[in-house]
Amino acid sequence: MQARVWGCRGSVAAPGADTVKYGGNTSCVEVRLSSGHSLILDAGTGIRPLGVLMENDLPTEIHILLTHLHLDHLQGLGFFRPLFSPGRDIHIWGPPSPVQHLSERIAMYLSPPLFPVRLGDVPSHVTFHDATEEPVPIGSATIRAAKVNHQGPTVGYRIEENGRVFVYLPDHEPALGTDLASVPPSWVSGHDIARGADVLLHDAQYRDCEYDAHIGWGHSGIDAAMTFAHKAGAGSVVLFHHDPYHTDGELEELLVEARQKWPGLEDRVSLAFEGMEITLDDGLPVRLDVP
Amino acid sequence: MSDPLGTPGAQKSLPLILARELASHLATPMFLLDAGGMLVFYNDAAASLLGTSFAELGETPSGEFGEALHLATPEGRPLRRRDSPAGIAFFERRPAHETLVATSYDGERRQYEATAYPLIGAEGEMHGVVSVFWESASGESGA
Repeated sequence: MQARVWGCRGSVAAPGADTVKYGGNTSCVEVRLSSGHSLILDAGTGIRPLGVLMENDLPTEIHILLTHLHLDHLQGLGFFRPLFSPGRDIHIWGPPSPVQHLSERIAMYLSPPLFPVRLGDVPSHVTFHDATEEPVPIGSATIRAAKVNHQGPTVGYRIEENGRVFVYLPDHEPALGTDLASVPPSWVSGHDIARGADVLLHDAQYRDCEYDAHIGWGHSGIDAAMTFAHKAGAGSVVLFHHDPYHTDGELEELLVEARQKWPGLEDRVSLAFEGMEITLDDGLPVRLDVP
Repeated sequence: MSDPLGTPGAQKSLPLILARELASHLATPMFLLDAGGMLVFYNDAAASLLGTSFAELGETPSGEFGEALHLATPEGRPLRRRDSPAGIAFFERRPAHETLVATSYDGERRQYEATAYPLIGAEGEMHGVVSVFWESASGESGA
């Protein structure tokens, strides 16, 4: 499978001269499977250019896997061109709710006055699915969702294909109220789906000196992100969900902090950036782009 | 030798993890059962009443835990596990409150008010039970 990062900014899009290197679009990662299926992880503003590309590079099937419905993970959906392609089948997955169906919750955004087109009026054929914890086969991969610690119903995703594991946990605060370093793995949010990941994309919104002012906001500081990844036995960590106030230079300082926590394995820790490609082929080393 | 990454599939459910984090920060005695009825945690405040720490006791089947406490009504009638607040929350999936008497691991017999409620997830699935309890003077009934 091959993953490409289309947006890795958290909270709100942050375009500008200070964020050119790592990008200002919000969360969106495409994972293209060997079967030709496309898994789109979140529909932040990064999904817009992906939709443009897909006009000339159609996947076998499109599955949009939403981790949750905060706007930075949903805002681009109305600008995803395949949604307006008559008859195209699009599957949207998201966390279940006991109160409202996924389609109703998404339609709260994709309807006036917040958006000019109603979700029910788009010409493509959209099917909604609850992202449950049971493994689901899609094309050549098996997908698992798991509820994780963030504000509101939120899941992370584990994608397995040909023995390789790609895990996406963009919004996750596993250290909330606990000492991650000492707590047994069985008591760590997200541990099961992250366990043994070849590549883990994980929330790393804050420098450690910033985290204390944001406890309970649903995101991780660097220490928690790296401790979580170590505990899960991740092969490589891609720091994701960059704070909108962090410039390219500040992100690189954050990367230095993160790498200091994995002495000897510094090359396995990287910052997500728009256009980053991650290749996981059976039997070959994982390949991660550098900016 | 145990796997340093933990046993696959052994992670507790998120509601249980959050309940444990809450309990560990409270001075209110609190214990947790998982969806299989296993006692999986109690906090330090509970330990001071139960007469042993959770680290010493470890995960224990709730039946065994209940038997060890010799639960009884204030009148001295033995209280079946499924009639205790935690038992009702677990078996009947509803909150319950009771005044009861229990013997701690250190042999102390105390009267408690106990309230328990089930942790039922967004899809209706059972995650376990939270039980809070506090010592009450003999003859004092719960509000």
